[in-house]
Amino acid sequence: MIALSRRSLALGLAVGAGIGLLSLPQAAQAAWKPKKPVEFVIMAGQGGGADRLARLIQSIIEKNDFSNQPFIPINKGGGSGAEALRYMVDKAGDPHVIMATLNSLYTTPLRNPDMGVDITTFTPIARLAEDTFVLWVNAESDIKSVDDYVKAVKAEGPSNWKMGGTGTGQEDSLVTAMLEKAYGIEHTYVPFKGGGTVAKNLVGNHINSTVNNPSEQLGFYEAGKSRPLAAFLPERLDVFKDVPTFKELGQDLVYYMQRSVVGPPEMPAEAQAFYEGVFQKVHESAEWKEYTSKKALFRSWLTGDELMSYFSEERDKHAELLKAMGEIQ
Amino acid sequence: MELLGHLADGFATAFEPLNLALVMIGCLVGLFVGAMPGLGSVNGVAILLPVTFFVPPTGAVIFLAAIYYGAMYGGAISSIMLGIPGASTAVATTFDGRPLAIKGEADRALVAAAVASFAGGTISVVLFTLFAPPLADFALKFGPPEEFALMMLAFATFIGLGGDDIPKTMFSILVGLVLSTVGLDIISGNPRLIFFDLPGFYKGISFLVLAIGIYGIGEMLWTIDSSRGDVKIAQHNVTFQRIMDSLRALKRSIRTMVLSSGLGYFVGILPAAGATPGSLMAYGMTKSMSKNPENFGKGEVNGVVAPEAANNAASTGSMLPMLTLGIPGSPTTAILLGGMIIWGLEPGPLLFIEAEEFVWGLISSLYAANLFTLLINLAFIPVFIWVLKMPFTILAPIIFVLCVVGGYAPSTNMHDVWLILIFGAAGYLLRKLNYPMAPAVLAIVLGPLAEKSFRQTMIGEQGNVLVFFERPLSAIFMVLAVALFVYPLYLGRKRKKQRAAEAAATEDGA
Repeated sequence: MIALSRRSLALGLAVGAGIGLLSLPQAAQAAWKPKKPVEFVIMAGQGGGADRLARLIQSIIEKNDFSNQPFIPINKGGGSGAEALRYMVDKAGDPHVIMATLNSLYTTPLRNPDMGVDITTFTPIARLAEDTFVLWVNAESDIKSVDDYVKAVKAEGPSNWKMGGTGTGQEDSLVTAMLEKAYGIEHTYVPFKGGGTVAKNLVGNHINSTVNNPSEQLGFYEAGKSRPLAAFLPERLDVFKDVPTFKELGQDLVYYMQRSVVGPPEMPAEAQAFYEGVFQKVHESAEWKEYTSKKALFRSWLTGDELMSYFSEERDKHAELLKAMGEIQ
Repeated sequence: MELLGHLADGFATAFEPLNLALVMIGCLVGLFVGAMPGLGSVNGVAILLPVTFFVPPTGAVIFLAAIYYGAMYGGAISSIMLGIPGASTAVATTFDGRPLAIKGEADRALVAAAVASFAGGTISVVLFTLFAPPLADFALKFGPPEEFALMMLAFATFIGLGGDDIPKTMFSILVGLVLSTVGLDIISGNPRLIFFDLPGFYKGISFLVLAIGIYGIGEMLWTIDSSRGDVKIAQHNVTFQRIMDSLRALKRSIRTMVLSSGLGYFVGILPAAGATPGSLMAYGMTKSMSKNPENFGKGEVNGVVAPEAANNAASTGSMLPMLTLGIPGSPTTAILLGGMIIWGLEPGPLLFIEAEEFVWGLISSLYAANLFTLLINLAFIPVFIWVLKMPFTILAPIIFVLCVVGGYAPSTNMHDVWLILIFGAAGYLLRKLNYPMAPAVLAIVLGPLAEKSFRQTMIGEQGNVLVFFERPLSAIFMVLAVALFVYPLYLGRKRKKQRAAEAAATEDGA
């Protein structure tokens, strides 16, 4: 035991000395680089919009050699991303973990205050894009417009109309609640693990409608299996020129999903700067520009304190939304 | 005929010198990655992704497919040799693979695993070539009620897994189910069973943690206890003759291979299922159909053949939802999906039409990888056997270290290591009391899938339980499940009667 504690004491001293050295000004000036593969946590399941985006980003980083160490995507989608959020809190101060976020960054901690996650402690890195939402039905259905849709939902009654989406209290359910309020309709909301599974269940006729992101339905849409009715946007999307927006239809329904990257709380500033640099390069890459325009994502770059104040504003907005839904008090 | 043409083109691509080299390197890397518990093919493939940017997309896919396949074989090696499942897909292989190794027949188990994997790969490639587009539509018919009914069918095969002692099997299933609910609820996101408020429980209990604990640590304790430290694994010398004999003896397993491959492929094409449930279900099915179910778990060759054929078939099958629905069936296929996106390939129903060359190149390379891993495996068997000849006093610490590393590596958290040690000790004690442990492992895999699909159905159908019998596909599964559940009860009663009759007869005779 004595030998052991002596050894750990020596180790502690060595580590302490190392930290001391690092904090010297000249050492801090040398650009920080990851020393091992970077964990790229995704707060959603495989195959959804967030997952595909993170894997694309990984590929862009690898292909263009933006980082000396690989980024390894890890899905922690359990409990509407609570699994990922909790993981990040436990990894406080770790410079080798970053996380791709969704709007559940706000909603999940709001709904589970006991979880011990305060997102304002996270280290903001960059907002890369804002994703959009579209109302979808199966292409076999007779519903061709939002009017048809509202009639059909009313005719079926709330218990027979199944709206599929990601976890309860997540983006899809918020958008659904907004839709219900605007048109005075009700759905039975069925939660699935990821947007990809939701899309598949619509095409398989297990649910009646979804509010998938364009990227999640695009493959089915191009194969003529699903039909977009309207977009939750102020202006029409380039990829769906014929699809109206809810605004055109007289309802002010607009909702975006941010696609950002954050670090754990207390991430060293030099690591934060490194990742910001990497994502700046991703933001400017040709592959990123091509993908975002093809998949109807808006490139909207934001970093540092501005990103953090954006997060706080959005969190407050979501608190209002959740309160209106009766999900939180 | 057109299909065969595509496949032939695919093979021509797969056998180009560069691609052939990629297949071989990929297989070797995959074998290593698969055989190391905890390393897993996810990290292996992710770290090697950059390599794929130096070669054309087809070559890149071939390389990733080879790693994927190699890892499937590799998992079986550590399962058989050390009793530690190297990958989640190889858990069922430990059930009989390890007992065979202890009996001194590791070479037979390894040959069986290699040949069964090859058969699984072959059959699934044939099925894929012939039926991929119609099966993609079939996969769409699977909604939450069908998923739940399929899980019930899988649970019903467990009852057969536990031998005669049905109450003990039920207990084991329930323990597994309880452990599977630990962590954050999938539907509501609320935390459940966070013991002692330890943050490590938020992510739930990975079934690999349970499996490494029970089979790695538990097995080691059991061996030490039953042999009082004086273990000698009597391993025959590996000769060419013995390998040929093992190959010939496999003729009896052809039926198991075919059925398990079919089942594995079928489970593999369902999004969200994948190779692990596929291999476990194949094991259960083979055991309940066997004439000698009591031999399972004690070193039955068919107990190795079934999961190995099924997991390889399932891994080909899981390519289907990835390609046609964009839903990856496993973490490794998710990485493959990421690769596809950057090469500009959009997964979806149109991929088979728009990127024909890519799809068939992928299938042929899976097959080429399959062939090479078989050859490499058979060639390396003497090396693996040499490991087993080490005295147990040296082997046991190695197993222990591998278990700890295997628990630590995926999460880099000591929480899982402590859990492995606890499960190891508990598993050993339960084994002393004759509790079957396989059902617990199965329950922790299938429990979350069953719970999720059940609750989705109940939300969608307003609590109408009869829906499982109203939809044709799920009704078929449910009826089969009930039949499978009742059959062992009936069989048990019949056997009891028989035994009573025999006892009466001997008494009469005396």
